[in-house]
Amino acid sequence: MNLVVNGVGQALDIDPRTTLLDALREHLHLTGAKKGCDHGQCGACTVLLDGRRVNSCLVLAISQQDAEVTTVEGLAEGGQPHPVQRAFLEHDGYQCGYCTPGQICSAVGMLDELKQGWPSAVADDDLEAQIRERMSGNLCRCGAYANIVPAIVDAR
Amino acid sequence: MTSTAHRAVGQPIGRIEGPAKVSGEATYAAEYPVKDVVYAWVVQSPVARGTLKSVGTADGTLAVLWHGNAPAIEKVDDPELAVLQSDRIGYRGQAIALVVATTLEAARRAAQVISLEIDEEPHDALLTADHPGRYTPETVNPAFPPVSRKGDFDAAYAAAPVTVDVRYETPALHNNPMEPHATIALWEGDDLVLYDSNQHPPGVAATLGEVFGLPAERVHVIAEHVGGGFGSKGTARPNAVLAAMAAKVVGRPVKLALPRQAMFSMVGYRTPTLQRIRLGAERDGTLTAIGHEAVEQSSRIFEFAEQTTVVTRHMYAAANRYTGHELVRLDMPTPRWMRAPGEAPGMVGLECAMDELAEQLGLDPIELRIRNEPAAEPESGVPFSSRHYVACLREGAERFGWAGREHKPRLRREGNWLIGTGMAGATYPAMVQPSVARVRITPDGSAEVAIGASDIGTGARTILTQIAADELDLPVERVRVRLGDSTLPKASVAGGSSGSASWGWAVTGACRELRRSGKDEAVFDSTDLVKKQETDGKHAYGAHFAEVRVDADTGEVRVTRLFGMYAAGRILNPRTARSQFIGAMTMGMGMALHEEGVLDPATGDWVNHDLAEYHIPVHADIESVEAAWLDERDDDLNPMGSKGIGEIGIVGSPAAIVNAVWHATGIRVRDLPVRLDKLLTAGL
Ligand code: FES
Ligand code: FES
Repeated sequence: MNLVVNGVGQALDIDPRTTLLDALREHLHLTGAKKGCDHGQCGACTVLLDGRRVNSCLVLAISQQDAEVTTVEGLAEGGQPHPVQRAFLEHDGYQCGYCTPGQICSAVGMLDELKQGWPSAVADDDLEAQIRERMSGNLCRCGAYANIVPAIVDAR
Repeated sequence: MTSTAHRAVGQPIGRIEGPAKVSGEATYAAEYPVKDVVYAWVVQSPVARGTLKSVGTADGTLAVLWHGNAPAIEKVDDPELAVLQSDRIGYRGQAIALVVATTLEAARRAAQVISLEIDEEPHDALLTADHPGRYTPETVNPAFPPVSRKGDFDAAYAAAPVTVDVRYETPALHNNPMEPHATIALWEGDDLVLYDSNQHPPGVAATLGEVFGLPAERVHVIAEHVGGGFGSKGTARPNAVLAAMAAKVVGRPVKLALPRQAMFSMVGYRTPTLQRIRLGAERDGTLTAIGHEAVEQSSRIFEFAEQTTVVTRHMYAAANRYTGHELVRLDMPTPRWMRAPGEAPGMVGLECAMDELAEQLGLDPIELRIRNEPAAEPESGVPFSSRHYVACLREGAERFGWAGREHKPRLRREGNWLIGTGMAGATYPAMVQPSVARVRITPDGSAEVAIGASDIGTGARTILTQIAADELDLPVERVRVRLGDSTLPKASVAGGSSGSASWGWAVTGACRELRRSGKDEAVFDSTDLVKKQETDGKHAYGAHFAEVRVDADTGEVRVTRLFGMYAAGRILNPRTARSQFIGAMTMGMGMALHEEGVLDPATGDWVNHDLAEYHIPVHADIESVEAAWLDERDDDLNPMGSKGIGEIGIVGSPAAIVNAVWHATGIRVRDLPVRLDKLLTAGL
């Protein structure tokens, strides 16, 4: 099967049970997307699939023939880190770093949803509250949340 | 001496590995590209007690290992590492077989369908305060006496005009670092190489050496980036032994990453605690008697006794004191260290009981604590090397806006929200452990520091760079720290909040030796100096403050503000320090409101063994979490004057929240976590 990952076409010969996450990590050696739970419960594996954020551990790779996947490794443009990546550095938006690629990809996807006016469970215009609600699928056991949200606000 | 021109220590320097972490380049254990690697999946016991008779075979696998065919291991001090060696099953979830296959999918599937023949026996998984199996262990973690007495507690308690006698319970808690335990093992001839996620590469190398009958130098452990540990990766875990064993059998490198569900049983957790706290006081609040007892559990196979009430031995003054621990061995997984073992659950009991005493006395809870400030260690009489607890209480109260708080509960309401504030003290021992570091000046005049330590997200790599830069009078850009590798000089574990103090001491020593000798390489071993230190009387302190709001109809608790004020020695890097403080406070919020391993006594298993059902704080739970600290520097401790800061944030922050919930609602929830159903049942 074929995927376009970070702009590069990739041919894969994989077991049909392979998740998109394992296809990236075990077959393409793109280990930026992390495996925290393999069950769609932590967000560490978040990537952009055709521009939208998904938990890649919940997607079977073969169901995505020719799809465009962007991982944390593909966010930088022209050698410059993505504004969200820069903001995480600025705000110390991590400790161990294991949830970080998922937080960053999720933030990139989420900011786009926000721009497009997607609805959220938090109805008020408090931007931070909006971001917190929309980012709640990305767990951080190091408890860097109080740094991550201001980073995302800055990057917006 | 160091010039002040480029002082790095104390500066908020960004994490050196930050760019690698945000770009996805930072490589964690299971991510190393290793040629010909194959995959292993653990088969866990479906019963809590019994005998494993046989394990079937499975198509499409390279090996199915179990005690009937696994290679014998040489020797282990930790019986949890004697994997696949015996037919006895000690708990549900124990590794009883390992499947190896060329793909992850095949290994996982085979492990799910493989047949197991087990003689099941009745089990006992439930901890109760009057369990007939209770006994007093010989020591509690790591080596404290289980019981302490001073004066005559019973008489003083009986004679006290004001008393509190309360029972507090904390549930089983699960470390759940975001990166599951993982190992890639490969044999190079008789040498073993492990890419392993752990908090102590030299320790894991030594242990695996013992297991396979090799000198430690023949085992090479690499842990350059570690996705958290919180104690659960402090020593080698079964995944390391299983991967190495499988690699030997199949003759190829083996990758074993534990599934999240296995982390609830296979790698340790915090024991549930059943605590009783008795306080006796004069009417002015002077404590005359402090009693604190805890009942806890361990497994059948290994005794781990958490030091839950040890913190009460040195927190407050009182002439008459008693602390004790009892343990029950159950058909349950082995509990181990989880962030601030002892202090975290113990201070729930003590600091909530203090709040209850303040309520009875009609006294401000901060004032109650100030009135019972000891002049020296209350049990041993050893002077404190530095103790700025009262200053934290006062300064914290000022910054939080504590003044004018009503003593009585349930007086503030905004719409449907009942609002309250609470506080609790915090403390954690300032520990240091022997370590060795090497420093070398490279031909271009830069310095390379080498130490076998592990940066599990604490900022160690950055802080050691700062320390070396100042000692060598170099800008930080000219210092490179190598760590996370067992072939580097031997470092102590990243645990007990002792990393920076221990490794920083060794690095300082090596740098000073280098300058003194004028050579271009120096090694320093802090063992002798560390061993000479008095260990009593050395602690960090803090105070936590919480404001909560509770929905009067649903009982939903929201933490509006959580604030920590610390006196924790010299802060080496305010940016990473703040992250450690607020990170641990966030975990403290989880302990107060969200986290609990829910036991099914019928199966002996945690029913909520995944991240959907074991709730930890998420973005939506965090409104304001802030930390600040006093200028403190304690040169009695180590050359940096620092204290450990990784754990103190989870000590007392849960109690501050529980006390704030009482202040908001008038309800004392004495079994954590504070769930809305408990508030509703109590008549919210
Ligand atoms: S690994 Fe996919 S959500 Fe956790
Ligand atoms: S940075 Fe460690 S889990 Fe988020």
